[in-house]
Order: sequence, then C-alpha cells, then structure tokens
Amino acid sequence: MADTTTAAGGATTGERVTRSLVRDVELPSGAGTLALITLDNGLDHTKPSTLGPAGLAGLQEAVSRVAERAAAGEIVAAAVTGKPYFFVAGADLTSVGAVADAEGARALAAAGHAAYRGLTEMSVPTFAFVNGLALGGGLELALSCTYRTIAADVPAVGLPETSLGLVPGWGGSTLLPRLVGIDRALEMIISRPAANKPYKAQEAVEIGVADAIFDAADFLEQSIAWAAAVVRGEIVVDRPGPASAEQWQASVDAARQRLDAVVHGARPAPYRALDLLEKARDRDPDEALAAEEDALTDLIMSDEMRASVYAFQTVNKGKRPTGAPDADLARPVTSVGVVGAGLMASQLALLLAQRLGVPVIMRDLDTERVEGGLSAVRSTVERLVRSGRMSEDAGAKVVGAVRGTTAIEDLASCDLVIEAVTEVMAVKKAVFAELEDIVSPETVLATNTSALSVSTMAADLRHPERVVGLHFFNPVAQMPLVEVVQADRTSPEALATAFAVAKRLRKTAVLVADRPGFVVNRLLVLLMGEIVGAVERGTPVEVADRALRPLGLPMGPFALFDLVGPAVGLHVLTSLREDLGERFPRSPGLEKIVADGTPVVLPAPAKGIPADVDPALQDVFDSVAGDRGAPLDEAGVLDQVLTSLTREVGLMLDEGVVAGPQQIDLCMILGAGWPFSSGGITPYLDRTGCSERVLGRRLNARGVADVGS
Amino acid sequence: MAISAHRPAVRDVVFVEGVRTPFGKARPDGLYADTRADDLAVKAVRELLRRRPELPVERVDEVALAATTQTGDQGLTLGRSVAVLAGLPRSVPGFAVDRMCAGAMTAVTTTASAIGVGQQDVALAGGVEHMGHHPMGFDSDPNPRFVSEKLVEPTALVMGSTAENLHDRFPHLTKERADAYAVASQQKYAAALAAGQITPDLAPVAVRSPELGWGLATRDELARPGTTVESIADLKTPFRPAGRITAGNASPLTDGAAVCLLVAGDVVADLGLPARMRMVSFSYMGVAPEVMGIGPIPSTERALANAGLTIDDIGLVEINEAFAVQVLSFLDHFGMADDDPRVNRYGGAIAVGHPLASSGVRLMTQLARQFAEHPDVRYGITTMCVGLGMGGTVVWENPHHADYSGHTTAPTEN
Repeated sequence: MADTTTAAGGATTGERVTRSLVRDVELPSGAGTLALITLDNGLDHTKPSTLGPAGLAGLQEAVSRVAERAAAGEIVAAAVTGKPYFFVAGADLTSVGAVADAEGARALAAAGHAAYRGLTEMSVPTFAFVNGLALGGGLELALSCTYRTIAADVPAVGLPETSLGLVPGWGGSTLLPRLVGIDRALEMIISRPAANKPYKAQEAVEIGVADAIFDAADFLEQSIAWAAAVVRGEIVVDRPGPASAEQWQASVDAARQRLDAVVHGARPAPYRALDLLEKARDRDPDEALAAEEDALTDLIMSDEMRASVYAFQTVNKGKRPTGAPDADLARPVTSVGVVGAGLMASQLALLLAQRLGVPVIMRDLDTERVEGGLSAVRSTVERLVRSGRMSEDAGAKVVGAVRGTTAIEDLASCDLVIEAVTEVMAVKKAVFAELEDIVSPETVLATNTSALSVSTMAADLRHPERVVGLHFFNPVAQMPLVEVVQADRTSPEALATAFAVAKRLRKTAVLVADRPGFVVNRLLVLLMGEIVGAVERGTPVEVADRALRPLGLPMGPFALFDLVGPAVGLHVLTSLREDLGERFPRSPGLEKIVADGTPVVLPAPAKGIPADVDPALQDVFDSVAGDRGAPLDEAGVLDQVLTSLTREVGLMLDEGVVAGPQQIDLCMILGAGWPFSSGGITPYLDRTGCSERVLGRRLNARGVADVGS
Repeated sequence: MAISAHRPAVRDVVFVEGVRTPFGKARPDGLYADTRADDLAVKAVRELLRRRPELPVERVDEVALAATTQTGDQGLTLGRSVAVLAGLPRSVPGFAVDRMCAGAMTAVTTTASAIGVGQQDVALAGGVEHMGHHPMGFDSDPNPRFVSEKLVEPTALVMGSTAENLHDRFPHLTKERADAYAVASQQKYAAALAAGQITPDLAPVAVRSPELGWGLATRDELARPGTTVESIADLKTPFRPAGRITAGNASPLTDGAAVCLLVAGDVVADLGLPARMRMVSFSYMGVAPEVMGIGPIPSTERALANAGLTIDDIGLVEINEAFAVQVLSFLDHFGMADDDPRVNRYGGAIAVGHPLASSGVRLMTQLARQFAEHPDVRYGITTMCVGLGMGGTVVWENPHHADYSGHTTAPTEN
C-alpha cells in the first residue's frame, strides 16, 4: 500500500501519516513572527488528515521546537491550520482499533496529550485557524490553543467520540466545558454525537468554540490579521467564567438522568464522558489529563469501542456495495413511473424527482388518490422550501417534475417503474402484467415490497429478468438504506440499474436475496414476535419492554411497534409466518390491539427519549390469554430474543440472504438504527457468546469487531 | 408629446484606491507556484473592498479584469468569475480584458469610459498574470501570414528581441546606460520599500506549498537590492549573441494581480470616498511590432494632445520598465535625463517584476501615492509599452494640488 509508512518504532502500520509543516509568517504592522504549523497528510481532498501515533509524534516534535523558539523570544505567536477543506478529521481510527493492550491504549492517549499540551502551555498565545472539518481529536487540537478562528464554510465541527465508544480524551473533556460551560459541553460531547449532528461554523462561534469567523475566500489572511490584533492587544476575547459548582452539578445530574432514560447503561462511553465532565470544573491539569487517559485506556480496550469502529468502517465501506454488478451495465433512467400514490409512493416520487432530476409520473386508480399523492409532494416541498432546506427554484423543479395520472398507459415511456401498491401478491402481479403490455422490453420494473417474494411477482411475465426489488424504508427521505433484491431471474442490467438509482438517491444499497422480509424486517419482526410471544406466555408487558435494554436499541420493542404501525407489523408478522414458519408467532393479543386500535405506548416523557409501553396493554393481552404457563423475567426475555436472533442470522447466512455478517450489520445500523456499540448485531452476538452457543461458531473472527484475544 | 430619453453629459472619473498582491517569481519555487491566478485576483479585490468599507458593494457596476492568457485559472471571464469568488453580490457584472501588458490599463480606461458617458458609477478594474502557470505566448498560434506577408519581422513576437532592436535603432542608448538605469531602479525600489511606500499597497496572500505548508506572502519576491553595475555587466544575453538585453536590465517573469476602484466624480463624495487622482485623458497608439518598446512615445503625445498639455506639464511619470532600453528611448525622446527624478520614484518593473496584464494598475496605485506626497505636482502620467507594437498612456490630475480643477463637473473649454 502506497500510503503505508513506517512508524517511529519501526513497525509498519497502516497509518496515513499527517505531517506537521512549520513556516514563519510575518505579522502585519511589525507585530513580530508567527510560527504557522500546517497539518497535511499529503493526499488530496478525498483523504482527510487524521492523527495516529506517527502523526502525533511529528506534531509533538514540531510544537516543542516552536515552544523553544517562543521561550527564546523569536516568535510572538504560534498557530495551527490544515490542508484545504480539513483542519484535522480526528484520530486515526485504524490506529485506535489496532491497539493490542492497555499499555498501548494509554500510550496513544498520552501521545495526544503530549503533542497538544505544548500548545496550551506555550509562552506565547497559540491560535487554531480552523479552515475545514474539525472533528474529535481534530477539534481537541483546536481547543488546546488559546484562540480559535473558523472559516464560514466549515461543514462540521464536533466531538463525536462517544458515538464511537470513546471519550474526547486528548483534552476535549476537560478544555471544552471550561471554555463554553458545562451545558454546551454536555450537548457537544453527549447529545449531538447520539444524534449524529455536528456543528456548522456559525454555530461553533455562537457557542463559543470559535472566537472569530471569516469568509473562506481569504480566511487565512484574515485569521492572521486577527491573530496580530490579539498579539498587539487590540482585540481582547471575553470568556465567561465557569458556572457555580452547584449549577455545574445540577447540569451533570440532569444529563445523567437523560442518558439513563435513553441508553440504560447499554454502552459505557457516554457515562465515562459524563464522569469526566462532572469533574472538569475543578481538577488541576495533570489530574484532568490523567483521568482522560484512564477513561480512554479502558474504552479503547472495550469490545463496545471495537464494535463501534467496525460499525463505522462498515457504514463507510457500504458506500461501495458488495456484490453489485458492473455499474456500466445500468440502463439510463430518464423518466420514472411510480405505481400507487399513497404515502410511500409520494415520498418516492419526490425523492426520485429531486435526486434523479427526471420526470416522475405517479399513477393511481382514481383522481382523488392521485391528487392526494401530488398534494403530499407539494406540501412536503413547500415545507422544505419554507425551512430553507430547499431553494425555491429546486422546489419548483421537483413539483414540476412530478405528474399524476390514472391511466397506466401514461407510464409507457418510463425507463424504470417502481410499484408501491398494497402488499398483496395478486395486486402486484396484476400491476406488473398490465405494465408489461405497455412499456418497452428494456424497462426495469421494481417493487418496493417489504416481505413478498419478488420472484413470484415476476414469474408470469414475458420478461421476468427485468424485475428487481428496491425496498425503501419509511420515512424515505431520511432512512439511508435500500435493500436491493435480486430475484431468481433478475438480470445483471436490472440489478445494476437498481444500484445506480439507489446511489443517485444517495442511499446505501445492500444486495439481498429474495427471501421473506429480506434483512431488516425479518430480524425486526422476529424480535417483535418474540416479545409478544413472551407476553402471550405470561411475561408482563413492562418486563418485556425493558428486557432488550442491554442491546442498546434506539427504542423499546413496543415503541418500535408504534413507529412501524401495529397493523403493518402484524401484517408482516403474518406474512413471514406463512413463509418462514411458526417462529414468527401468532399473537391474539396483538391482533386485538390492531383490531381495537389500542395505543401501545405512553406519550414520550420528553423529546428524544423513547416511549415506554402503555401498561394498559397488559389488559388487552390478558383478555385474550391462552396458555400463560411460561412467564419470563427480563434476562429470560433477552436470552430468548438473542437466541432467536442468532438462529435467524445463522439461517439467513445459510440461505445466502446477504454475502456475510457485515451486510446484516450494515442493514440493521442503517435500516433500524441499531447501535454502533453492538456493531449492528453480529458483534454483539459474538461477544455475548450467543453465536457460539446457538450456532456452534462465531460470526466474526476475533479482533474484527472486538478486542480479540 | 414626445418623450426625450435622458442624454447624460460627460463626467469626471476618479481613482479612489488601488491594491496589488506582492509580486512573486514565476518559477516552480516561486511564492505562487501552488496558488491559482484567479485567487490572486480575489485576494486583491477583497482587500480593496475591505479598505473602503464606505463603499456599499452593491454599488459596484462593473468588474473588469485583464489577463493576457485567458485560459485555465485565468479563463472563464475573469471579471465575472472573480466577482463571484470574491463574494460580491450576484447583481455585479464583470468581463475580461486583454491588451497584453496594458490589460489592466485598458480595464481602467474602458470602465472609466463607461463611467464618463454616464452609464456606470463605480467600477473595479485591474488584472492578473500568473506567468508561472501561463508562460508568455504559450499555446498561442500566430497566423502564418504574419511571416509570409512580412506583416511583422520574425523577431516581433519575442519581446527581448524587440528590445535588442531598440538598441540597434538607437545606438547611443548603450548597454551601459541600460544597466545603470536598471541598477537605479533596484536602488529606488529598495529605498521606497524602506520608506514604507510599497507595503501599504499590498494585499497579503496566503500561499500553500505541499512541502512547506501554509505561509503568507507579504512582500515582493523578485527585487535584488544589492545589484550593482558590475554585478550585472557580464550576465548572459539570451536573445542574441553579444546582445545587450540581460536578466539584469529587463523585468523578470512574474506572478501577481492588481486592482483599483474607479468612481464617477459626482458620486465619489456622496459615497464618502476620497478622490486620489482624476483621469484627464488617455491614449493607445500602435508602432512597428519589432520596436514595440517605443510605443509609449506616440501614446503619450496623443494623450497629452487630448489633454491640451505638454510634457513640461507632467511632474511625475510612472512608466513600466519592461526593458531599460525602452524606458531610455522614451526619456530620450522627451529630452529627459536617464535619472530624471520625476520618473519611477519607487523604482520599476525591473526591480519589482511585471506580471503582464496587471502592471498598469500598479503604476496608477504608485502614482496616486506620489500625488499625495507631492502636492506641488499637478499632472502625472502612467504609461507602458505593449506587445505587438503598442503603447498606452493615461494622464492624471492631482487633487492635492492647489490649482486642482475639481471633479464634480466637466469644465467647459475656455
């Protein structure tokens, strides 16, 4: 590998070393010399600069040389900036994930402190000129300087460590709360990472992470001029003092409550971060940095962190789909038909028009439904335009691109037709049969079915090879996953077209075989089936609802039911039972809930906190109770669900539903929001011993998504 | 009743502000080797606007930018693309200009003309040349008729050869005089730099090299302050064996940008802007391409005639030093000494460099500063020779002079 370099120790690592280049800058008006450190990995803008052991060693050396010159009075200031578009994107995760033992983990933590601390403690003011993306260890580097400027076009600033099983341990957990206050630090270190929402440049200034913002056009020139003004004493940056110890503690306590309500202790990182933040107010620097190193050491050597790195890399790799045919086989798509004008169909039409930029025609049986679909498109576009997320011109283009019709003949010239009609095989077959009579033999027919057999749907067509599954998730605009279903006779051209369309829609596409429920619904519905099954057998609903908390899922099973819609869930459960058998159980309680329209969850206690099951649901289950002979406790339910999930994953791999466990994890992360700390699901099944117990084998080799032996 | 359209009267144009980037060496190890030409222009424009915060940016009616080679990072209608890149409102238009070395001068006179006839009020004019990215004449495809029909001598397209031709035509303008002139240019530049007359007009430019990281260009790179007549006496004569033109008495290949702000005389006060020079007249004239260096002679005569002035009325001259001999031919023609103190008080292109299409505005920016320093001088000129046989001259009036004629109305002939 061309990027591979030999680290200082002589061992060959995969680190793409970011170099620290130092150049003197003459400050205006004779203010003196500023030593400017540029961090640059020597690669183009597609390869962000990151910091691993060799890069940190180089930075430490550069900073200490600059510090010596500062002490000698040769320079009046020092600054750090990055190559175009990147300040520093963070620690080199590959290096972090490759640490073999606690000693190595502590060394990596200490290396960051050693390099950064020289900037904090230099005898002259230090500046971070944040010219581009600054995440994690990158932002911590900036925080280690006395002052920060930021370019107005910087797309992302943040400390996402807790979402990767880490804490900001290169000074961030200590410096940030002291700089911006405990509440903003809690948001940046705990809440935003969970929501995967970094800060934009302007926000960074508003919360006090950056002291000044300048246009990108001459950002560095203006930053240097600003630094000179600071050096000359013409600009004085006011920083608020820390909150009182009581206020500080109150904020931490409230955050801890919120964390418990969402995470339920399922992963250690945010708790360790919270512990650091709690103490950051009064710790002396040595003590604070030692505490960061303790936390980092423990977390780097945790399976949750390794699973998170695996998950992060899985999602990144997912942008190049495994098993997709040659992209050149894809047919050009210059107009798209959507059959149906319901909720899913109108969302699809909007996204297709927006991202493909081609005419989209939506067809339904009567004018009223067609008009309903079109008006859904219009009102969504209006909302996007009003909130500034879409320009008026782009909105007008989308609205103009989506037409409606009741005549199926109007879809004759489409290159791609996606059906999103009701989930009944006979209806879908009829739609395809009707379409085949009017479209060209080349037209790709796609189905958005979530559980029906695509092969069966295509079986009676003259050209079954043109049929492919494109399973989107609701809400279509937000959910990043598309399962691309290869039916028995799907042609490489149709499959390639489906992948090409998914890519242009900016979705991650996963190739799945035509097996019931594909990946996401099969596992989610299995899980829900196990939960209602346990309740049917006498387990209290609240026990069942709490039982899965150690998995770290985004919400409890009943909240999931509520999100999916109990009727849809029941429909898929029934459909999967027909295809896959009784492990997708019948539930009289659930049938009654759907029939009566009983609410399944209580109102959410606060925004962002998942809802709990409505205890009243117990009565519904009790009212139709059958054999109640086997009530379980939480551990029993969890064990049963995990056993069942493990068996199903084993079956799915045997059936060849996907190429391997990583695709299952990719689907569960992007299609169901399953957590990085579990690596999706298969690393969790390995580390809890489920896979060896149930399948007699691990799903991933040791070290792939855990600490290893 | 018939409605008559508005018929504007001719009005004055004033020079308000000029800035330039530090000039860099047009070589792979030069300041701007890894910096785009359009970015140089962007930095100059933004610095100019920053220096005149009184000017509402939406009042800019035109951005005219010159480049000799209008491709690559100097392509795409520079004036407009730089306006967009510099963050000017989308309503501000722009265009690109080319008259080789007189590009920026032409951008000034063209936009000034639009202001003068009352169609615009405020213009940015200037030029950029990254001779490192765009070597002179690179990729040009001269029409074979130039040679076959003897429209020009074969040497006419090689600027150094046209300068050798001047030495031939004017044998009394010896290499020794040229070298002495060049050394003086270096000395005058060094003195001006030390006196703080150069740096105030510079826009600092962040420069990045993959090997060195980011830095900041704050001073011109090419000047050689220690130059003596002896040190350049034996330099090679690349254009002719035993020739006279050397790297010592010619301007070096240069990267840089310069831009200025022109405003209608009757608008400048309303905007709270100072008038630092009033445009009096201008002229471009053609000469034989093989002696293009004499171009400033007829263009100056014509510009003076347009103004009703003579050379004796001119107290300050900023003449571009493409070659020492070409300046000497101008001085000789007008009976001025080689070391006439009115001429290039801050030194010239031989010292600072000559990024072709941007040099005209450097001359004006320096003349504006000299006007403030010399309120006793009423009129000055900026002038330069141009490839393919042309000269350009602009005559300016000093608002600091006691007899300044004003710029809010066009005085009628008396």
